[in-house]
Amino acid sequence: MKLIMAIIKPFKLDAVREALTELGIQGLTVSEAKGFGRQKGQTEIYRGAEYVIDFVPKVRLDLVVDDDQVEGIVEAIRNAAHSDKIGDGKIFVLEVAQAMRIRTGEVGNDAL
Amino acid sequence: MVVFPVRGNCDAYRIDKDGRDTMKRLQSTFLQGREKSFQVLAVAALLLIVPETAAAAEAQMNGANTAWILTSTALVLFMTLPGLALFYGGLVQSKNVLSVFMQCFAIACLMSVLWLIGGYSLAFSDGGAANAFIGGLDKAFLSGIGMDTLSGDLPEPLFFMFQMTFAIITPALIVGAYPERMKFSAVLLFSALWLFLVYIPVCHWVWGGGWLGDMGTFDFAGGLVVHATAGTSALIVVMSLGARQGFPSQLHPPHSPGMTMMGAAMLWVGWFGFNAGSAVAANGAAAMAMTVTHLSAATASLVWVVIEWRKFGKPSLVGIVTGTIAGLATITPASGYVGPIGGLGIGLAGGVVCYYAVAFVKGVWKLDDSLDVFAVHGVGGILGTILAAVFAAEALGGVGFGKDGSMGAQLTTQVIGVAATVAWSVIVTWIIVKIVEGATGLRTSDDEITEGLDLSYHGERDYNF
Repeated sequence: MKLIMAIIKPFKLDAVREALTELGIQGLTVSEAKGFGRQKGQTEIYRGAEYVIDFVPKVRLDLVVDDDQVEGIVEAIRNAAHSDKIGDGKIFVLEVAQAMRIRTGEVGNDAL
Repeated sequence: MVVFPVRGNCDAYRIDKDGRDTMKRLQSTFLQGREKSFQVLAVAALLLIVPETAAAAEAQMNGANTAWILTSTALVLFMTLPGLALFYGGLVQSKNVLSVFMQCFAIACLMSVLWLIGGYSLAFSDGGAANAFIGGLDKAFLSGIGMDTLSGDLPEPLFFMFQMTFAIITPALIVGAYPERMKFSAVLLFSALWLFLVYIPVCHWVWGGGWLGDMGTFDFAGGLVVHATAGTSALIVVMSLGARQGFPSQLHPPHSPGMTMMGAAMLWVGWFGFNAGSAVAANGAAAMAMTVTHLSAATASLVWVVIEWRKFGKPSLVGIVTGTIAGLATITPASGYVGPIGGLGIGLAGGVVCYYAVAFVKGVWKLDDSLDVFAVHGVGGILGTILAAVFAAEALGGVGFGKDGSMGAQLTTQVIGVAATVAWSVIVTWIIVKIVEGATGLRTSDDEITEGLDLSYHGERDYNF
C-alpha cells in the first residue's frame, strides 16, 4: 500500500477530483495548507503599501491505494493539476505500514 | 428666505432658564440683509396677529425635526457600533480583532456616561466669563432638563443624545492609530481625558457658543471638531506608542477586507445622520447636506479606484472603501454650505490628497498611524474645512458668504480655525499621553503582541475553527 500525498493549487482540486473519480478511487482526504517552493511568496497591496506573503495557499490530498494503482493515479493527478506555471505543486509517494477500517476492523488492502 | 443652520446654535429662538429670548448672533452672519428684515417683519406680524401664542410660537417642539434628529442619533451611533468597529476590525490581524471591537464598544459606553456627568454641559452650556473657551457645569447630569425642556425646537434630551454620538465616535476614531499594541487600560484612560481636554473645548469653540463659532467658522458637521482633532491626536499617540511589530516592511495584511467593506458601508449610510442630521432640522438644508455627502463619497471612491488601477493594475476593495471614507471626512465640514458641484469637487480633492497622505505619513514621516487616521480623517477634515470656504461661493452652487462676507475673509477664518484646532489637539494630546504613560503605560509587551491582544487582554478568541 502506498500513501500518495499531492500538494496542488486550490483551484485545481475539482479537476483532480474528477480525474480520480474516473479511475475509480474509493476515498480521499483533502486539507487546506499553505507553503512555498520555488514560487516563493506573493505580493499583495493594501492602501498603496506592499505586503509580501511568504506562504501561498495550497490544497493537500492524501490517498492510500494499492501498489498497482499508484502509477495511474500519480499520472492522473499530474495531468489534472498541471498548469505549466511555477507553483503547480508536488506529488510524493510513501510506503504505508498498515491500514484499518474503523467500522469493521478490516486491515490491509481490504481496508482501502 | 433661507436660514443657514449653525450646529449647536441652530435654534433661532433659544429660551434660557429665565424665559428670555436669546437669538444667537451667528444666525445673522448667514442671513442676507433683505431676508433678515423680512424675518423681523414676519415675526413682528405674527406677534401682532396672535399675541397669546406668540411666546408659544417661539418655543415649540417641531415634530418633524425631532423625528429626523431621533433617527440621525441612531444613525450616528450605528456608525460607531458596529460600523467603525467592523471597518477597523477587518484591517487588523485576526488575533486582534476582538480587541478592536472591545475598544470601540468600551469607548462608546464610557463616553456616554462622561457626556452626562459633565461633557454635554461643558460643551454646550454658557460658561459665563469663560464662554469663549468653555461652557459651564449648569447642565451636568442634565440638571434641570426634562422631557419637555427644549433646545431650539428639539427636546433638549434629544440634542444631548445627538451630540453624544459625535462625542462617542471621535475618540473611537483614534483607535485606528494604536491597534494591536495599546493596553486596554490606557485606551480607556486616554479616551476619557481626551474627551474632556480636547474634544469638548474644540466642540464648544465651534458649536457651543465659543470663539470659533462667533468668528463665523464653517464647520457644519465636524471637520474640525471630529476629524481634525482625532486625526492630529492620532499622530501624537503614535509618536509615543511606537509602531506595530514588523513596521514598515514585515506587516501583516488586513485579515478580512470583506469585514472592512461592511463597516465602510455602514459608515456611509450612518454619515447621512452625521451630516444631514447636523442641519438639526428636517428640511432642504438637510437634504442638500445628504446629497453633497453622498456625491463626495462616491467621487472619492472612484478616485481611489482610478489611482490604484493605474498604479498597480488592480483596484482593490480596501482601496475603494478607504476612498469612500476620505470623501466622507472631507465633505463633513462643508456639507451645509456647498452644492452638488461642491460635493463632486470636494470628493475629488479629498480622494486624491488623502491617497498620497497615506503613503506620506507611513513612507516619509515613517509613523505607524496604523489605520491612517491622520491621512484620511485628519487631512480630509482639514482639507474640507478649507475647501468649504471655496465651494460655498454662490457661483459654485454654495450658500454664499452673507452680505458682509467674502471668500477671502471666510478662507482666513477657516485657516484660523484649522490652526487653532490642530495646535490645541497636538499640545494637549501630548500632555495626555504623558499622563497615561505614567499612570498605566501605553504599550503592551512583545509577548502579548505575539500572542494577540484578544487572548492577552480579553481572554477570548474570535475564530474557533
